[in-house]
Amino acid sequence: MSKFKRVKKYKSDEKVTAKTFLKPAIYLLPFILGILVFTVYPFFNAVAISFKEDYKVISDTFSGWGLGNYQKIFSDPTFIKAIINTTQYVLVVVSISLVISILIAVMLNSVEKLQGLFQTAYFMPMVTSSAAIGLVWRWLFNYDYGILNYLLSLFDVDAINFLNNPQYSMISLCIYGVWSMLPFTIILLLAGLQNIDPQYYTAAKVDGAKTIDIFFNITVPLLAPTIGLVAIVNMISSFKVFDALYMLFGGKPGPAYNLYTVIFYLYEQFYTKLKLGYAAASAIVLFAIILLFTMVQNRIQKKYDYY
Amino acid sequence: MKNTERNKKIILYLILAIGAFIMFFPFFWMIITSLKTGFEANKVPPTIFPAKATLDNYVYALKTAPFLKYFKNSVIVTIFCVTITMFNTILAAFAFSKMRFPGRDIIFAALVAMMMIPFEMLIITNYSTIVKLGLYDTIIALIIPFTSSIFYTYILRNFFMSVPDSLYHSAKIDGASDWQFLWEILVPIAKPSLVTIALLNAIACWNSFLWSILVINSTENRTLPFGLFAFTNETGIRYERLMAGATIVVLPMIILFLFARKSIVTGVSRGGLKG
Repeated sequence: MSKFKRVKKYKSDEKVTAKTFLKPAIYLLPFILGILVFTVYPFFNAVAISFKEDYKVISDTFSGWGLGNYQKIFSDPTFIKAIINTTQYVLVVVSISLVISILIAVMLNSVEKLQGLFQTAYFMPMVTSSAAIGLVWRWLFNYDYGILNYLLSLFDVDAINFLNNPQYSMISLCIYGVWSMLPFTIILLLAGLQNIDPQYYTAAKVDGAKTIDIFFNITVPLLAPTIGLVAIVNMISSFKVFDALYMLFGGKPGPAYNLYTVIFYLYEQFYTKLKLGYAAASAIVLFAIILLFTMVQNRIQKKYDYY
Repeated sequence: MKNTERNKKIILYLILAIGAFIMFFPFFWMIITSLKTGFEANKVPPTIFPAKATLDNYVYALKTAPFLKYFKNSVIVTIFCVTITMFNTILAAFAFSKMRFPGRDIIFAALVAMMMIPFEMLIITNYSTIVKLGLYDTIIALIIPFTSSIFYTYILRNFFMSVPDSLYHSAKIDGASDWQFLWEILVPIAKPSLVTIALLNAIACWNSFLWSILVINSTENRTLPFGLFAFTNETGIRYERLMAGATIVVLPMIILFLFARKSIVTGVSRGGLKG
């Protein structure tokens, strides 16, 4: 996904003239124009805004350069809460979905029949709008009429106020998170499993190894690079949780404004409060975190010569 | 021995089936609820299948909230987004793989590094750019920021690189121009990759939510996910109606998935989902 394949350096007998660039420039124009306007410029502009003191978007004025925005967000309890919430969400969702996905991927890999049916059911959440599905989960979680509370009542468990009780709202968000993360995780792990040389399994069987031993001594170690990779990719994507959160709680970050995440904070500072400086500073923090994750990912890919 | 093997298989299938059921259940329940009357939807204990299936909720959603309009907007945004993105991607991937010019690989490496910039970081400036271009609250605002994708270009370039250069040179000797070689030889060879990219792109366009709540204001320019959110405020919490709305949003992608599962899964396993 991100390893850049080295190719032969430009070598040519032709002389480099303006003409050498003309043709590629024409082919690249629409693409590069889009990248410059909607990726490169906004990236540097966000960095710049994050260092501007008292930036006013309407007049496009600011009083000077400095770290004021960063000081402000890091002393804002809401932002700190957002970082803590997001970290919690990421750790819980990524680890639980990984464990479930490994088991399901190994099982899926060992059956031949009904593959199509299973794949359809397991992978469907991946293609569907997380906003719409967030709304569906809001219905499943409903206190009075939701199916989850009905199922709990069958086991004589008192109804849980999944969404409106701040105590449970994070758990509810994580349940949704795990469900939505499974498809992608299972797919990548399945691809990893199919890359394992079947000879290992044949040898283990000849030696009479138990299924459990095969799982822990062959499958897991050989799958480790894939597991590491998918963990990082999932951490990045779950760090950006927003759509479903927005839908689950009707546009609010949790029932008691207790579920701020980094993106929700960014969104609110930017869109509702027009504090672009704070929004930009929190965006830079987000970027720094993703940068860190990506560096780890690249190391994993390099170490195992993955992809 | 034979028997335990068989029992193991049965347990395996059973666990997988239960898992599949849990994964699929939200969709099942969404559709079931959307076919119930308001009275039945809130019944305890709930009925698994509606006593009298009705399409009233869909009629309501299409009439009261302009879901038909939202649907049309989503289709327009997705078609234009995919078409323009594909065009840009094909040209760029070609230039970065088959054309030779100094600095090509350095530029490309810089682009690849930019892939990790989160889109959410860019919205702050892109919002003002859209306003300055006079595109605020237009369908175009939902399309143009997404038509240059480094990720798709990266995938396609890697594929183009795997096509031997000798093919390119022999086509050139036969008198084909770059343009002809690209569209008449390279693109047909790359069809599976292109289909995969187009599918992933279409899914991303269709489901895009955060950006649309930022740049769209009027009812008539909403796409489906945003329209659905607005519907939750407009109709009050009537889940049978909301589930009808959610089904309208989700069903086209489910149908797409049923028909193109293999391509989508290959695409995801090869490069992951971006965005």
